[in-house]
Amino acid sequence: MRIECPFCGPRDVGEFAYHGDATRRPEASTSDATQPFYQAVYLRDNPAGRHKELWYHAGGCRSWLSVTRDTRTHEIFGVTFAAEESS
Amino acid sequence: MHYSFLNLARQALRGHRDWQPTWRDAAPRPRYDIIIVGGGGHGLATAYYLAKEHGIPNVAVLEKGYIGSGNAGRNTTIVRSNYLLPGNEPFYEWSMKLWEGLEQDLNYNAMVSQRGVLNLYHSDAQRDAFARRGNAMILAGADAELLDAAAVRRMLPMLDFDNARFPIKGGLLQRRGGTARHDAVVWGYARGASDRGVDIIQNCEVTGFLREGGRVVGVQTTRGRIGATKVGLAVAGSSSRVAALADLRLPIESHVLQAFVSEAIKPFIPGVVTFGAGHFYISQSDKGGLVFGGDIDGYNSYAQRGNLPTVEDVCEGGMALMPAIGRVRMLRSWGGLVDMSMDGSPIMDKTPVDGLYLNAGWCYGGFKATPASGWCFAHLLARDEPHPVAAAYRLDRFETGHLIDEKGQGAQPNLH
Repeated sequence: MRIECPFCGPRDVGEFAYHGDATRRPEASTSDATQPFYQAVYLRDNPAGRHKELWYHAGGCRSWLSVTRDTRTHEIFGVTFAAEESS
Repeated sequence: MHYSFLNLARQALRGHRDWQPTWRDAAPRPRYDIIIVGGGGHGLATAYYLAKEHGIPNVAVLEKGYIGSGNAGRNTTIVRSNYLLPGNEPFYEWSMKLWEGLEQDLNYNAMVSQRGVLNLYHSDAQRDAFARRGNAMILAGADAELLDAAAVRRMLPMLDFDNARFPIKGGLLQRRGGTARHDAVVWGYARGASDRGVDIIQNCEVTGFLREGGRVVGVQTTRGRIGATKVGLAVAGSSSRVAALADLRLPIESHVLQAFVSEAIKPFIPGVVTFGAGHFYISQSDKGGLVFGGDIDGYNSYAQRGNLPTVEDVCEGGMALMPAIGRVRMLRSWGGLVDMSMDGSPIMDKTPVDGLYLNAGWCYGGFKATPASGWCFAHLLARDEPHPVAAAYRLDRFETGHLIDEKGQGAQPNLH
């Protein structure tokens, strides 16, 4: 499996560290944040198919990446900087 | 048919004409008391104990492919009960006790071999942690022995004891641990269940649940609708997909775990050995092949196929532990779909949906749990209350904070 880092180009998966489902962190300042946090921390859609996930390019440019990948075939459809996406 | 020497001799005299199939390949009937989804070790063991221990033989086991075609046929066959936490250790020790009587109970040769499981330690801190774990095991009725380097050297002289970075200082040994023949476990449970009236239905994929006022009253399958009073899920890596059919989201990620076997060599490794400074474990099969594995690949996957960096990492662990295997050729590698829970421990509980029960989250350690998983899931399905040794495996523990995190890694399944 290779991930095409937007900064470094296509690199071996061994250079990357996985951080799971790229679901956004819930708003912490609301009064009823317990349920949304429980769901965000512990529950997963865990789809067989397209999955948006976070990878860290630890052995390269050290960027956090948002990768869309098929969990059945390991085919990668798109890679963006996670920071750009959340802004 | 009962398997015995007398019966074998009798059949031999008749030219082996009267042997029956080991178990009955059934067609679905319209309705059962209990349906188990998943014809792996856990599902078949559940059906067996439902019929045998709880007198409920009107049970169907539905399997998408053929029985034992998932993780039951892909694991590294290790059985052990060397856990630390009180939520885990009594359960795994009950499993170990069931393994010890399994072949007599099933009247089937599962090749249970108590050849010992040795976890090596490489530092003073690791020794202290292992001593603590050994004491926890003994408190739960298991056996444990803390060995020093000299004792390990007598057992396994070929290890790299004086490795510059990770010298071997000793190990925690469970002599009652060992290996079992994975396929035979599946076939033995299938035979025991089938003999007691359980229907084992293959090539029958569950595509939806039949609901009545919120309650599950059966399943929709590729072989038609089947009604049931209760439905139990034992589908390992497919748990999230099947639970999604009932609108449930689970605290589970599916990952790929690879395993490896080498060409056959003469007897070399007497039991199961694990490397304490990386993640590598190895045993030798009765055919002579070295069976080994290590970490999961570490990303969500339904591919049943891993990638090369993990192959390299596992083999490096092997070389650091026992350089003597360096010229042995790897024969095969394969991948299985493991249901990694968010704290590394299993889930066995009722779900919020009435009539639907869950047995999942076995991570990469489900094989050793097969007998007790079946025993306790049958107890839960039959009596609607958890078995005492599995009472901590609640589905709501993630919400209430009662996690069972053996490794203390937090909600990061690829680190468990």
